[in-house]
Amino acid sequence: MQSPTAMINDKRLERLLLHREIEDFNNAYAAALDDGRLTDWAEMFTEDAFYVVISRENADRNMPVGLIYCENQGMIYDRAFAVEKTEMFAPRYLRHIIGNTQILGEEDNGGIRARANYVVVQVLFDRPEAKLHQVGVYHDKFRRVGEQLKLAERRCVYDNLLVDTALCLPV
Amino acid sequence: MTLRNADLAQDYVWPDDDLSVIPDWVYTDEAIYAREIERIFHGHTWNYVALEAEVPNTGDFIRSNVGPTPVVVARAADGSINVFENRCAHRASEFCRELSGNARAFICPYHQWTYDLKGNLAGIPFRRGAAGRGGMPADFEIKDHGLRKLAVTAHRGVVFASYAGDMESFADYLGPEVLREFEATFDGRKLKVLGHYRHSLPGNWKLYHENLKDPYHATLLHTFLVTFGLLVVGNRSLMLADKSGRHGVMASAKSDANKLSADAKKEMSAYKEGLTLREKRFMNFVEEFDSPWSVTMATIWPNLIVQREMNTLGVRQIVPTGPDEFIMKWTMFGYEGDDEDMTRHRLRQGNLMGPAGFLGLEDNEAIKFVQDGMRRVPNGSHLVKLDPQIPLGTSDTLISESAIRAMYKHWREAMAL
Repeated sequence: MQSPTAMINDKRLERLLLHREIEDFNNAYAAALDDGRLTDWAEMFTEDAFYVVISRENADRNMPVGLIYCENQGMIYDRAFAVEKTEMFAPRYLRHIIGNTQILGEEDNGGIRARANYVVVQVLFDRPEAKLHQVGVYHDKFRRVGEQLKLAERRCVYDNLLVDTALCLPV
Repeated sequence: MTLRNADLAQDYVWPDDDLSVIPDWVYTDEAIYAREIERIFHGHTWNYVALEAEVPNTGDFIRSNVGPTPVVVARAADGSINVFENRCAHRASEFCRELSGNARAFICPYHQWTYDLKGNLAGIPFRRGAAGRGGMPADFEIKDHGLRKLAVTAHRGVVFASYAGDMESFADYLGPEVLREFEATFDGRKLKVLGHYRHSLPGNWKLYHENLKDPYHATLLHTFLVTFGLLVVGNRSLMLADKSGRHGVMASAKSDANKLSADAKKEMSAYKEGLTLREKRFMNFVEEFDSPWSVTMATIWPNLIVQREMNTLGVRQIVPTGPDEFIMKWTMFGYEGDDEDMTRHRLRQGNLMGPAGFLGLEDNEAIKFVQDGMRRVPNGSHLVKLDPQIPLGTSDTLISESAIRAMYKHWREAMAL
């Protein structure tokens, strides 16, 4: 049997812990959005973070236009503020389900490349059905700020090219 | 057909012949919708189908629509742009399924009927049958069985198609005033496509035109417009309508919202005192157009919106799918020669637009609310009475619905109702 120190030094275990840490992060991310805590959501990004919600059509053709396009955390805060304080849209409930998390690699600067599939289910108050509002994949770069993981980049590439009416809340 | 039209005109009577009251059936009725396809989208109109920049090379194509009808827009070897129905002449199959691409020819996958880039039938398998049996009748002429082709025109890189064979020039179709605004955006620089948005919207397609012929809402619904001075009461502004009433341009010159009068602020509940953005560059306006306006929204009848909101630029194509729903395809663009900073500025400012835009999502929600109201409390009518001094057409006050009334004058003529 291996000693505890040897176990900690096992690369596979390290990877398992990181995988779990990213899953925890994504669960907290989904909870913040589902609860409408958009300032908490904005705080999950680094100051220089890039966040975009882009159709697979545009992404595949190297066209940069996104439904939401933020070049830094300031713009992410602005989006959160606008949605909470200024925007007019019908009330709704959302569920973000994130799965199929994969760690793709680590960069020299300590960045971690990862991806995960996501679905967003939307309920309007006057309809019985919960509708699949978005389905796509997150292409992520995580970075540690102090002890905490933060998103330095999240590219949400959605498959449902034809958006139903409006995307009122972030993905 | 004549009989049916006569019946419709009897059944659908505009109340009191008064354009300031619009009956709900204009927006909700299947028979009216069918007549709109026939008389408007398939009638005497130039319909937007593409930007030339989307099909720069021989063989480039995109799928598009004229009204609800699927068409293909393709660039042929002689440089011409061709528009034809996406419906095989044999068994009606919608043969082109890719959003865009490059092809030498179009081959219907069902029975391999092959069409050239102009929509001519080029060949069919087993035309003479096999082993002397079967095959097409001896008098079958390949040249008589091409795809249905539409008339095509392009102006400053924007491509239009028509089912009518006798269309006037695009310049005459727009009229001089709307053409001037069109050419302020399409100013001769080559366009660079930055990407698309696509969304469905559960509302009647005309509501989208009306929303952009209704500057009143812009001063009330959109906090972002009002608080940052993009389009507010007191700005220099214009709601232009062409002579026919079908086209329009909503235009405004940006002002400093802090200088709004206390009275104006009180009326505009959307004005938020002290609202600031962390990203200050977001609301910058880089002057690049020969125009007094920082914002213009042109409604080109029947299916095109040209958006010039400061430096975020786009065309929006209306694709009606029924009286209660349409699809909107947005093509966002900049110009060749934009540097990296300018492209990023356009993309950042793009957060105002599209189905997640600070303005765009509110418009989409409001249009849905209107259709919901009509569907759930039917047989009503709408009031468009603002600005009675201008019964129809161009007005220089934002508190006006005269351009909507002008549009319905044209609509009634086109619909013979």
